Amino acid sequence: MKRMIIPVLSLTTAIFLLGITGCKPKNAGSAAAGDAASRVYVAPGKYDEVYNFVSGGFSGQVTVYGLPSGRLLRTIPVFSNDPQTGYGYSENTIPMLNTSHGFVPWDDQHHLEISQTNGETDGRWLFANANNTPRIARIDLTTFRTAEIIEIPNSAGNHSSPFITENTEYVVAGTRFSVPMDNDNGDVPIDTYKKNFKGTVSFIKVDPNSGNMDIAFQILLPGVNFDLSHAGKGPSHGWFFFSCYNSEQAHTLLEVNASKRDKDFIMAVNWKKAEEYLKQGRGQKQKVKYAHNVYSDDTHQATSTIKDEVIMLDATQFPDLVYAMPCPKSPHGCDVDPTGEYIVGSGKLAALIPVFSFSKMTKAIEAKDFDGDYEGIPVLKYESVLHGEVQKPGLGPLHTEFDGKGNAYTSMFLSSEVVKWSIADLKVLDRAPTFYSTGHLMVVGGDSKKPYGKYLVAYNKITKDRYLPTGPELNQTAQLFDISGDKMKLLLDFPTAGEPHYAQAMPAEKIAAKSLKIYDLMKNKNPFVTMGEKESRVERKGNRVDVYLTMIRSHFSPDNIEGIKVGDEVYFHVTNLEQDWDLPHGFAIKGANNAELLVMPGETQTLKWVPEVSTIFPFYCTDFCSALHQEMQGYIRVSPKGSNVPISFSLGKNSDATVEPEASK
Amino acid sequence: MKKILIACSAALFMMSCGGPEGGYQAKEGDETAEKPTIEEYDPHRGEGKFKDYQPSAALNASMAESGEKVYDLKCASCHKLSAEMLVGPGWKGVTERHSPDWILNFMTNTDAMLDKDPKAQAMLEICMVRMPNQNLSDDDAKDIFEFMRKNDGVK
Repeated sequence: MKRMIIPVLSLTTAIFLLGITGCKPKNAGSAAAGDAASRVYVAPGKYDEVYNFVSGGFSGQVTVYGLPSGRLLRTIPVFSNDPQTGYGYSENTIPMLNTSHGFVPWDDQHHLEISQTNGETDGRWLFANANNTPRIARIDLTTFRTAEIIEIPNSAGNHSSPFITENTEYVVAGTRFSVPMDNDNGDVPIDTYKKNFKGTVSFIKVDPNSGNMDIAFQILLPGVNFDLSHAGKGPSHGWFFFSCYNSEQAHTLLEVNASKRDKDFIMAVNWKKAEEYLKQGRGQKQKVKYAHNVYSDDTHQATSTIKDEVIMLDATQFPDLVYAMPCPKSPHGCDVDPTGEYIVGSGKLAALIPVFSFSKMTKAIEAKDFDGDYEGIPVLKYESVLHGEVQKPGLGPLHTEFDGKGNAYTSMFLSSEVVKWSIADLKVLDRAPTFYSTGHLMVVGGDSKKPYGKYLVAYNKITKDRYLPTGPELNQTAQLFDISGDKMKLLLDFPTAGEPHYAQAMPAEKIAAKSLKIYDLMKNKNPFVTMGEKESRVERKGNRVDVYLTMIRSHFSPDNIEGIKVGDEVYFHVTNLEQDWDLPHGFAIKGANNAELLVMPGETQTLKWVPEVSTIFPFYCTDFCSALHQEMQGYIRVSPKGSNVPISFSLGKNSDATVEPEASK
Repeated sequence: MKKILIACSAALFMMSCGGPEGGYQAKEGDETAEKPTIEEYDPHRGEGKFKDYQPSAALNASMAESGEKVYDLKCASCHKLSAEMLVGPGWKGVTERHSPDWILNFMTNTDAMLDKDPKAQAMLEICMVRMPNQNLSDDDAKDIFEFMRKNDGVK
């Protein structure tokens, strides 16, 4: 009977049924919930409920998905250059990727944080860390573009970053790889780790209006590996918690040598105290070198400034600044619940999840309930600060998020599952298998004071057989769960870009309402803007040629250019005269060894081009802009070095097509 | 079997009609332009904010001057001041071909009029490029209209 009915089913219904019968479930839990198809179906033309910002890992970029559909909405270039937009290739954006090491056009982007006000996501900015060459970026959520990048000195492996305080007062950074400080002699034997290698955590002030970042201070700490962090909130506002491993201070075969001790630490930093010491002038100025890059939406240009000083507070000199809470074993995630009372350490090698109590911690500090010190940092007694342990939660706990209803959700890397447990009584409530090996997980607003809940996404490290095979290399995979009921329900798998680590999400409305549609041409302050075709022109100064080019549906002005010579440095300053949403024009020229430009309405961007041979070069619009897009093109005549062809440019002065060239007669 | 068919079509209905519960929906456009039905459409006035716009009898020279500046930036790429067509039609005589309201509405409510105005659609068939919405303010549009009048010989 079933066979007879199938032909009358629509495709959607077939997919719906496939969810139940089509795949080969490894066990009962791998099947999607019965109504999964309708729960994730967003009809054509309808919007998703939630923006999901996902870190790109080794792609260096950030991707934006809609939830619950899992549709990819946008890839935002951040730490890696991007030939499709010209980011990192245009003269305007090259300074964004400047560092004290020069131009660094790639990074490893791990964690994201949406700006907060009163501990709630406010949708103004998105912060992103770069793990490899330590940096923090701020993405403007009106433009979905990288607005600012600041480099972190005295750091290597900027992993426990870019987490923020509850009013975005600070964004933090912490060293994963302890190293000699920048201003110390770094030419030391590696086996002098214990003596010469140090860790730092950095507090970067965020201007509440502009969002601009400035390193306020760094705290000098013992040489260990700082892993993750989260700010206190509510009662614990004023504190920041950093997990660290390798308290063994190993510098080789860490796999074994950094896994010896039963407990490492969560470092609790009293940043309000640090502010007091700073005010008293007790910080030490240190000579360093780091880049601060800012993009202006007024001039459509980035500037890079090299700064040369930071203020350092040596934690061992200020006994009430940092406390170490013992945490089993090699902790990774360090997550604070919505009330601000509980701090969850996920010891990746522990068979339990320790939950610390902030109020117990402050009492223990008052009572000086110490268990000695670690490299000059007072160590609190484990039992005195512990709220309790989740027993047998699963294997390899990594990260925990919250739903605001008293529940926590922890990802289990080794046992491939998400485990839901109750914060109050530490009882495991539910388990959902994941495919495969979940790293980070995220609840919508799940690290804020007011989680939106409803959806949880697991970002899995291993994909294997979840999709059609694509050779040895597979995209990573995310899994969407409904967490509105008692039991977690799997709704959807969707492939992701790069290697997602942490992610953030918030309801769409606030961000969508503020999204910029065009750059106002009247307010374009780019020094190379062409305000109308009348001003389009070509100027030569020595071997530098500036082409002031305009674009509008469907032509360039000028589109015939002569008098360029081999070896000239040609700068195309391309202004898009359109003022309508979603009408970019592209600019591409044959032989360009950098990239194209994609120029938004009202925007000016500049591409440098050095022609190497004497010939005719066509250029054209790459973004299908109108019915006459294929006509949107131009020619540049490049003459040999020393040629006396003068600079000339024109638009619309066509030769007579009826006159046959001499040669063809 | 009948029961199953009904169940299946019910599922089909749910899936094709049901969006996510609580899904975010954008408000319908943010322009305040009224949206009359086809029957009410006034091809003389067009559709948009402008109704019964009365330019002064004599040219307002300062408005025309401002209008020329906006023309250079946002219009000159496609419109010549002669009668010759470039991408769009030349502007010579435009203020005699259309009412002031029609021109002002077309400049400020371009997409809506391209979708339904008979004269705009006839021009689109000739030009084959949709006139861009150049994001003109009401004052920009009035200034440009004054510049068009100057171009048409109003003193």
